[in-house]
Amino acid sequence: MARAVTTQRKALTTAAAWTVALLIFFPILWTILTSFKSETDAVMSPPLWLGFDWTLENYQTVLERANYFKFFLNSVIIAVGSTALGVLVAVPAAWSMAFVPGTRTKDLLMWMLSTKMMPSVAVLVPIYLIFIKLGLLDTRIGLVLVIMLINLPIIVWMLYTYFKEIPGEILEAARMDGATLRSEILYVLLPMAVPGIASTILLNIILAWNEAFWTITLTTTNAAPLTKFISSFSSPQGLFYAKLSAASTMAIAPILIMGWFSQKQLVRGLTFGAVK
Amino acid sequence: MGQISLDKVTKRFGDVSVIPPLDLRIEEGEFVVFVGPSGCGKSTLLRLIAGLEDVTDGRISIDGKDATGVPPAKRGLAMVFQSYALYPHMSVRKNIAFPLRMAGLSQAEQDKKVNAAAAVLNLSSYMDRKPGQLSGGQRQRVAIGRAIVREPAAFLFDEPLSNLDAALRVNMRLEISELHKSLKTTMIYVTHDQVEAMTMADKIVVLNAGNIEQVGSPLDLYKAPRNIFVAGFIGSPKMNLISGAEAAKHNATTIGIRPEHLGVSGTSGQWQGTVGVSEHLGSDTFLRVSGTGLGNSLTVRAGGEVGLHYGDTVYLTPDLTKMHRFDAQGLRIA
Repeated sequence: MARAVTTQRKALTTAAAWTVALLIFFPILWTILTSFKSETDAVMSPPLWLGFDWTLENYQTVLERANYFKFFLNSVIIAVGSTALGVLVAVPAAWSMAFVPGTRTKDLLMWMLSTKMMPSVAVLVPIYLIFIKLGLLDTRIGLVLVIMLINLPIIVWMLYTYFKEIPGEILEAARMDGATLRSEILYVLLPMAVPGIASTILLNIILAWNEAFWTITLTTTNAAPLTKFISSFSSPQGLFYAKLSAASTMAIAPILIMGWFSQKQLVRGLTFGAVK
Repeated sequence: MGQISLDKVTKRFGDVSVIPPLDLRIEEGEFVVFVGPSGCGKSTLLRLIAGLEDVTDGRISIDGKDATGVPPAKRGLAMVFQSYALYPHMSVRKNIAFPLRMAGLSQAEQDKKVNAAAAVLNLSSYMDRKPGQLSGGQRQRVAIGRAIVREPAAFLFDEPLSNLDAALRVNMRLEISELHKSLKTTMIYVTHDQVEAMTMADKIVVLNAGNIEQVGSPLDLYKAPRNIFVAGFIGSPKMNLISGAEAAKHNATTIGIRPEHLGVSGTSGQWQGTVGVSEHLGSDTFLRVSGTGLGNSLTVRAGGEVGLHYGDTVYLTPDLTKMHRFDAQGLRIA
């Protein structure tokens, strides 16, 4: 009897998980389907599911109208650059918070997190003015900096959480063994925190890749990443859903593929230390 | 090499004083054990010597040189931690070689020293394993190996055996003592286990609430504890402490008799009592005797084959020449 209940419960849980997963995935699936429709099929009501004329013309149009690879390259540079810079800044910060906390460390961490709760638009004007002054508008370095700063609280928090799991005695042992601070971090702390660092990097690349507010606002052409590429296919009039979907599919495909292949690492990193 | 002096060393965490001003001199080649109940500050004291904690006040010198502000890496000391603190991502070989690598030794020199240490500690067949694949005792040996290769001025041990099972602990105790005899290097060893302290130390430092209660050889402490705290802490089972009228007869506030200094008889003696729980160790039997009218029940060491059982009446007679007397402040009366 007990076994029957367990099996039944298991089936229910599985069904619920699939439902939630499909709900989350549905918009992406719909975008991909729409990208293969003609513009008229894309706006048909009731919507067409699979019974439409599959076409690649949207992709052709999109590739003809814009240099996809330039946007792609900018996305890569901004995502990888901001993550690398962020990790470089966050490792020492998280080290000090985890291993030599002061009386205000907890407050500082909360404050850092609270900045993520502020709507980005609240600081748009000052940042825009700073960018103009420093000549950073529409530059990759400007975007790398701003995206790094925006995601820094998350990087610090994640690294802090992983570092907290590492016994302080091991770092003290390294100090007793003659390691300098640099060697202690480089040879002992970082290798032990590899799973955590890897998932921090992955998550931040995804966040940076998908960041749209700042990348769209602060770029025009030179530094424009794929988010800008997508938005350039929306227009106030005419039919554009199919082309927009094709552009979106092309923009999310790389990160989707990366996420798919690294999902094990991501899940492991995100649940690191939860089960011990 | 390996002479360590503490001069008015003080440690406070905020308003809490953990170590009040404390003086201590550890001679070259000595095996010194810091012993005391948990929270007495013995580990803190060791960490102050290691440099892992900063002293609030006072001076620490190693081999005559001021080391107070010197970082741990530069003090020339090696430490073995309670949790072993091995680097889990490195093989045994790399763990042991780590201090040598940090010191910038050539690969050939590293290999030579690592292999020598591994041979001494019987680790040669585990060199390519990771710490996670080793037993507790083997991990402890790796931690000791990592300390040995540095050829430190002194070894610091922070309760290194408390994570091992009883049988292994006895073995490792002997191994560490043998290591001390062969290396002749200063060793400072922290433990809460007075048996470890008694069996291993040249010199025991008994700590209580950050204060040094007494410093001396194991037998000095056993024979002439300076106060009631040391009397109660050193020796297993604990010394029987009796106060009140019986102590007053001996011109003391408290008198102390060790369990082995009480004569047991089934027929006659100074104090009459009833046998409670007995602990049979084979060679000895420890009897709890109550109802003597002396306050607490008394612990008595009798022979292994003593014919006394629960509820039997016994007579106890203290060996007056081995009796300890303490005054109202708890200090020993000479």
